[in-house]
Amino acid sequence: MNYLYTAYAAVWIIHIIYLSSLARRYGRLRDEIKSLGKK
Amino acid sequence: MKRLFPLFAILTAALLSFALYESLIVAPVDQLQGNVYRILYYHASSAWTAFILFGINFVASVVYLVRRNEKADVLAFVTAEVGVVFCTVVLVTGPLWARPVWGIWWTWDWRLTSTFVLWLIYVSYLLLRRFSSSGQTPVLAAALAVFGALDIPLVYFSIWFFRTQHPQPVIGDGGYMDPGMLHVLLLNWLAFSCLAFMVCWSRYNLEVLKRELEEAQALESLLETGGAR
Amino acid sequence: MTLTAHTSDVSASQNMAAPNQGTGNNFKSNRPLPPISGFRTTVASLVKDIRLEWRSKDAINSMLFFSLLVVVVFSFSFDPTAQESRRIAGGLIWVAFLFAAIVALNQTWAREMRNQVLDAYRVSPAPANSLFLSKAIGNFLFVLLLEAVMTPLFIMFYQLRALGPAWQLVPIAVLGTWAIVINGTFFASISLRTRSREIMLPLLLFPISIPALLAMVEGTTSILSGELTARFWIALLLAYDVVFTMASLLLFETVLHAE
Repeated sequence: MNYLYTAYAAVWIIHIIYLSSLARRYGRLRDEIKSLGKK
Repeated sequence: MKRLFPLFAILTAALLSFALYESLIVAPVDQLQGNVYRILYYHASSAWTAFILFGINFVASVVYLVRRNEKADVLAFVTAEVGVVFCTVVLVTGPLWARPVWGIWWTWDWRLTSTFVLWLIYVSYLLLRRFSSSGQTPVLAAALAVFGALDIPLVYFSIWFFRTQHPQPVIGDGGYMDPGMLHVLLLNWLAFSCLAFMVCWSRYNLEVLKRELEEAQALESLLETGGAR
Repeated sequence: MTLTAHTSDVSASQNMAAPNQGTGNNFKSNRPLPPISGFRTTVASLVKDIRLEWRSKDAINSMLFFSLLVVVVFSFSFDPTAQESRRIAGGLIWVAFLFAAIVALNQTWAREMRNQVLDAYRVSPAPANSLFLSKAIGNFLFVLLLEAVMTPLFIMFYQLRALGPAWQLVPIAVLGTWAIVINGTFFASISLRTRSREIMLPLLLFPISIPALLAMVEGTTSILSGELTARFWIALLLAYDVVFTMASLLLFETVLHAE
């Protein structure tokens, strides 16, 4: 039974890690666009 | 399109939670494996989703090679990346399921091995995209994607033959599935496909934005050096 | 435009420069140029590569020494009795040759980067596939030579004796070497355009060549142990070769002209 919960948790952890890395990249991109707009 | 995204995200979240409820509570208990078999719902649906994404990657790469359409290139890149994420899910849940059922974390069974090789091929594709600079990248990556797709049948066939030739711990295939279970599995597949579609969508937008920014930066530096002269 | 600035060989440079006469202005002749034969370009380029290798012997020496090192190092990792090595030798031999082949494959195109020979090739009307074929055949010959020299050593050091039909090792070696070399030459032309190109080639080549490697290793092992037939593996190698030779010839021009 423990394996079941571990597996389900692992799936979501992988997806959340990937999504948060996307969000981070998006934020960095937005900063760069802002700094480009200022020039 | 922009307004549709939150709506779709909410729909996906609802579908995913409903699928989770169905697979943990509603679906019947397996006679042999007990509750652990429920990993199947995440494992198999992620695998199918990954295969579909790699299929899209192949089609988009061919379209890019024929038409030189930049959208196709972005689509190929995005589906490969999300496909690798889903394939990772398959490879992580696989051992977690194998341990209680077969008593081992990993066996070089043909299906496990070929999924692993599939993962390796697409990781090398992503590495190429990462290490390649300049505008040649799309063509090189598309060529590699075509090679990888051609390789997959050979991988499956050779490993299948290799593993059936040698005696192996027999792993129950279970051709029959209870209709209640099949229904839940298909629901999970639908939910994960929606998730994959959503992730691809946002990754696509991110990639387009990134390319636009790079273009603008290149233009900027060009103008600056031109003005300094 | 000098095509062969790195070689002092006159006949090779004439052969290589022939396709380019149309682009130079210093040729006064009004005679229409003969059409560029793909076969002649292939042969000329192949002869040039072999001659270069004959003079420097860089690739073949390092490949030989590398596989010799593998022989010695692996002898420590298991007990090289006849029984034991029969089980392991298939994998050992082919992994050694695969890694050694990387040395030659990395050199193929890197050699043409000096003096912009590759760019010259891009603008010349010579067919791209004949260049690719000459490179692939050149590598094929180098690796076959390596195998011819190393196999007796392997047999001697590991006391190998085939219990199955030994002649079947020949088609396995030929088809397997072609499988490695055709993909390797193609991927070397891809990894050439990346940062840290020497590292990139094995990263691209190994995953794709897993079926071929499996077929080579398993075919050799089943011949050495004489328990199973190697027919299936030879057929698989043949299919692999056909598929990837076609794919490389179809896509090489696109990759060469990618900018």
